[in-house]
Formats: sequence, C-alpha cells, structure tokens
Amino acid sequence: MEEKEKKEKIPRQPMPEQEPKVRVRNYKEVPFGYSPETAMLEASRCIQCKNPGCMTGCPVEIDIPGFIARIKEGDFAGGIAKIKERNLLPAVCGRVCPQEVQCEKVCILGKKGEPVAIGRLERFLADWERSEGAGSIPENEPSAETKAIKEPLTGKRVAVVGSGPSGLTVAGDLILKGHDVTVFEAFQIPGGVLIYGIPEFRLPKAIVAAEVDYMKKLGVKFECDMVVGATVSVDELFEQGYGAVYVGVGAGLPVFMNIPGENLIGVYSANEYLTRSNLMKAYLFPEYDTPIIRGKNVVVFGAGNVAMDSARTALRLGADQVRIIYRRSREEMPARIEEIHHGEEEGLEFHLLAAPLNFIGDSDGRLTGVRCQRMELGEPDESGRRRPVPIKGSEFETECDTAVISIGAGANPLLTKATPDIQLNRWGNIIAEPETGKTTKKGVWAGGDIVTGQATVILAMGAGRQVANSIHNYLIIGW
Amino acid sequence: MYKILAKEELVPNIHLINVEAPAVAKKAQPGQFVIITVDEKGERIPLTVADWDREKGFITIVFMEVGTTTQRLALLNAGDSLYSLVGPLGIPTHIEKFGTVVCVGGCYGIAAMMPIARAMKEAGNKVISVIEGRSKYLLFWEEELKRVSDQLFVTVGDGSHAAERWIPDQVKQIVDSGGKIDLVVAFGCTFMMKLTSETTKPLGIKTVVHLSSIMVDGTGMCGCCRVSVGGETRFACVDGPEFDGHEVDWDVLLSRQRGYQDEEIQSLQEWESRQWSRT
Repeated sequence: MEEKEKKEKIPRQPMPEQEPKVRVRNYKEVPFGYSPETAMLEASRCIQCKNPGCMTGCPVEIDIPGFIARIKEGDFAGGIAKIKERNLLPAVCGRVCPQEVQCEKVCILGKKGEPVAIGRLERFLADWERSEGAGSIPENEPSAETKAIKEPLTGKRVAVVGSGPSGLTVAGDLILKGHDVTVFEAFQIPGGVLIYGIPEFRLPKAIVAAEVDYMKKLGVKFECDMVVGATVSVDELFEQGYGAVYVGVGAGLPVFMNIPGENLIGVYSANEYLTRSNLMKAYLFPEYDTPIIRGKNVVVFGAGNVAMDSARTALRLGADQVRIIYRRSREEMPARIEEIHHGEEEGLEFHLLAAPLNFIGDSDGRLTGVRCQRMELGEPDESGRRRPVPIKGSEFETECDTAVISIGAGANPLLTKATPDIQLNRWGNIIAEPETGKTTKKGVWAGGDIVTGQATVILAMGAGRQVANSIHNYLIIGW
Repeated sequence: MYKILAKEELVPNIHLINVEAPAVAKKAQPGQFVIITVDEKGERIPLTVADWDREKGFITIVFMEVGTTTQRLALLNAGDSLYSLVGPLGIPTHIEKFGTVVCVGGCYGIAAMMPIARAMKEAGNKVISVIEGRSKYLLFWEEELKRVSDQLFVTVGDGSHAAERWIPDQVKQIVDSGGKIDLVVAFGCTFMMKLTSETTKPLGIKTVVHLSSIMVDGTGMCGCCRVSVGGETRFACVDGPEFDGHEVDWDVLLSRQRGYQDEEIQSLQEWESRQWSRT
C-alpha cells in the first residue's frame, strides 16, 4: 500500500443525508452519519501531527488524533473510550459543535485543502457505541468500564442546577471523581436546551436521553420539576447537606424587540416556539396536547443557530414560505455555515439588511403582517460587526401569519433574584471567576450561558469542565 | 410522585384534588400556582394552589373542566398520579394590613381566594368576601369563607340563591351603602376581573387582579404569558400573576387567551373521539 499517495488523494468524506424535499416534511435527523467503512477512510486522512492543533481548538481538549487513530484501525471501542476520557456527551457534540471554528479550523490539512471531518468521526463513534449497546451497563452493577474510570467515593454531595450541556458536564466529571451528584431540572425531562431548544431533526431526543441514561448509570441522580429559586433555594440546598452548588441555568429569558404589535397572536419568542415544538412535541399535535400555530407564511427575525432552528421548524410544520429577516448582511450572520446551507437547501429565504418596525394585526388580535425598513452597514460597533443603519424612506410592509423573534436570549432572573448574594453584571449574568467559575457566594459556581450570555453547547461544556475541577479542589482542599 | 390523595367534585365541573407534593406544600403562599402535566403527552397548564398542608406534604387544587387537560385531570382518581407538577410559581399575593379588604372570587376562583382571605384576615384586615356563580348550584365553600371573613356576600347571576347580581354590582353596593374599601383583591375569570376593575377605577379603589394567561414553562423562559400592564409588557408567570387591575390591558389579555381556540376545540374532539372508541 502506498500510504502517502493515498492520503493526498482521499477527499473529505461527505455524510449522506436526507434529500431536502423529503426532509422538509419530516422531523427525522437530516444527516445519516458515516458507515464504518467511510469513517475508517476519513480517519485515514489524519496525518497524526506530533503537536496536534485540533486539540487546542477543542474546549474540552479531547485527544483527537488518539481517537481518530483507533477508528483507522477499526478499534471503535477504543476510539469511543478515548473520547469519553474528556467528553461524556460525544453524540451531542459530534452533532452540534461548531467544529469549523474549533478543532477543524486548526487542522493542518485545512491549510491547503479540507480539514479532517473530526465532528463526523466523533458522531460516528458515539452512534456506533449506542447501536452496539456497548454503552449500556447492567442495572445495579457497575461495569468494568465504570469501575475502571470511577474514583473512590468521597461522600461529598454536589448539587447541579440545570441539566443542559454545562450541568451534564459538571455532573459527569464530578461523579467520576467520586462525588455524590444530584442534578436539578425545572422541566419534566432532563437535558435543558438539548431537549427544549435544539430540534429533533438536528439532535434526536433519543440521543439526549441515552446520554442522560449513561450519566444515571454512572450514579448521577436527576430531580426534575425542581425550580431552584422557587421550589428550593440555594441556601436550602446547603442546609440539605450539599457541599457545593453549580448554577448552569442557561439563557432562559426571551428577548423581545419592544415594537408595537408584539403581543399579537402569532408572534412568538424563539424560546416559546422551540419549547412548544421540541419539549412539548407540538409538531405531533393533536396526539400530543400542546398546540402550536402552523403558519403558512412565517418570518423569523435574527440569523443565529436558534433562528435557523426556528425557521426550519416552521417549514416542517407546513409553512409555504419561511423568510429570515436580518438587519445585517450575510457575512455577519452568526449561524453555523452548515445550518445556513441546510436551511437554504430546504427553501428558506434570506432577506438581509432589513429590520422590523411594527407588527400588524386584525380585529381578533391575530398577526397579519409586519412593517420593516431597509438597513445599510455603517461603522463597526462594540461587537466588531458593522452597525446596521436605517435607510430613510425605505419602509415596506409584508404579509405574514407567524413571526418568531430570535434575536438572542438573556439571563433568567428567577434563581438570581432569590439568591441576592450572587453578584450579577449589568445584563443580569452571574459574575464568575474566568478560570474557576467561582461566584461571589461561597460554595457556589456558575458557568455556561448564565455567565457568558447565549453561546454554544461546547463552550458551556468547556466552562463545565473548568468548574468541575474547581469544585473538586474545593471539596478536597477548600475554597 | 404527585399522587392524588383525595378527589371531590365540589359542584358540577369543578373538582378538588389533594396532590402529594411535599416540596411545593412546604413553600406555597397565597396567590401562587403550580404547572401540571397529566401525562407524557399532556400540555403544561398553570393551576392556582388553593390550599396546602405543610406537615402532610400535599397541596389542594381546585379546577374547572374547560379543555382537554382539565377533562383528563377530572378523570383521575385518588391513587392516580400526575406526570409532572412544578412550583410554587409566581409572586405571592401581597399581604399586609390595608384596612378593609374586599376579596372577590368567581367560579373556580372562589377556591383560590380562600387562602388570600385567610391571610388578609390574619394580617389584621377587615375582610369582606364576595363570591359569584352563575347559579346557586355552582357555589361552594360558603361556610369556609365565612369563617375567615368578617362579612360574606353571595351573588348569583340568575337570582336563584341570593341577590340577582354580579360581583361588580355587589362591590358598588358596598360603597353606595357607605362602606369604605381600601383594597379589592379579585380572583376568577378574566371577564369578571375586568368588570370589577372597571367598576372600582372611577371609585378610586385600588384593585389587584390575578391573571391567568396561557403559559408553557411558568418560569419566565418563553414569554407566552405576556400581558400589557401600564403600557409595559410583563410576564404573568414571574412578574405576576398579581397586577394592578386598573393598569391591565384587558383586550390584549382576552385576545391572547383565545390564541389557540381552534386548536383547543380540535384537541378536545380528538380526545373525546378516542374515548368513544375505547368503550
């Protein structure tokens, strides 16, 4: 075999996916994932750098060349074990991480050609493990795997508030370090934004359930229907014997635009639209009880990943036309390129450099249209992106029966209002030490979107990793 | 989990259930609510906590059958369990010594008013309770309310029991007959609270109402329950449910409450037809 020549010739392997015309009318996952053969072929593209850049690009520092080498050899069990040393949610991360701005961005192959498809390979291993049942551990009996990776019990109890990506990471890391971990979730099902926010077609809920089940098998306890700050306070958690509390409650506050007509029926926050559809399964109404307006003519304001998720949900709910209206240009759109690409294939229309002025409704209070104005780009603002400036006289009206406002989400004040000794910044986000995640309240850590504002799953997981180390040190050594 | 310990149909279509929920029972305050889900496929709906037993660890909920969720809830019996129950949510009713407080409760709101009247009485207020039903057979808890009130007025729309009048008329009559009212607290259907607020506004009587908007999470996360109060958008779940009745934009609230009327009918028909096929 002429290894060298072969390496140069193999192109980055595409992942087969559902045809746009088909998938736009179902909720099944868009890409099918690699076959073992394709995965091994893709893995063979990796040149196993001595100083791998990809690892520095990963917020949780997975041994990327390590797991890829094992795929190449066909040792999938070894590969997934390698990932799980650093990341207990590979099926999630392989799907929703923005690899193009992280590990794959710094892959050496990307300098001249296309980087190794690290995310697809990660996903492959996680899916392989689930389908092989290798991830399952017999009930009541720790497997060789968990015995080997779990450290002796410390008897220290940790409360994790919020079961989203950062909370699950903290819980997973600390259970492996031998602590007694309980996760509190406000909704009826654990998973946080992975359940209520990211749609089924992008992250099947069975996968989240499987990752949560794996946590349970490791010994993590989950308490749902618990709103910390309402059902129980942070101080009461300490009274109950928890030695440390991690707050990872996410970005659970919808941002509205404060324009006239926003309370018309048919105007949704992205949080509401997605929660109805994902958590409550309104797309299966009336089999499921929760309704959602199945608009024929939908507009979505904003151009981040959440906006793409909302718009693509609208298509699957049966819309004839779905328009993304964004006040800046294509270059500034914050969504992943892959998401934008998938959306375009499915028929989303992009109306750039336009912003809404007011919504228009009928006598029943139902949305019938929106008045917008055109924008042009001016000087860069604080975010470094060019500021959109309204063009005078460019106002226009357009019809719509559903609007989804997806211009970001803020910090939900429920827990922090009830815990006044946790200091906040002026946006209501918790102030936490960058290296450790320590808040101003002793024994309390915070991380993820409640600290940073709305960001990505993997950044929240990276924060969770740091926090877990800090909590461990505290429980063993002290504050 | 969330086992129904007792169930009673107070009057036709209005049911009482005691549900095991120790953590919620420990914390519940007058005016707060819980969000319940009947089963895995169910909708999350807010229901006011009508009472609680902190020692025995249960809460009392009184609800009216109006849609799919409440009909299904009404079919559960003692021994059955709810799929999910979370709370207590919302800001508790503001209780202090105001002077004379008129507590008005209509329909299922009579039950929700009970702990408020009791707390107002304990705070040293003169409590006048006014309850309303369409007809005599829809009234309940008269005796219970009498015990925590200095005075109780009963109003029915059809004149079958007491005076043929509605709550707002009764409030006006109290004032007309020389009574001084410092605060009106209203709990019940939106229309009654709207009319009560419209009656007290020109009289200059501060009136607080408890709004029941459609909710999903109940923790301020989705904004579904938003209402317009004093020209500002507020979330009934975390900023309320208690608001100044004179500042509420009732038209927006009434319209948003009808937001899923078609779907509600469809859901109910679907569910009922599934019931028929079972028998």
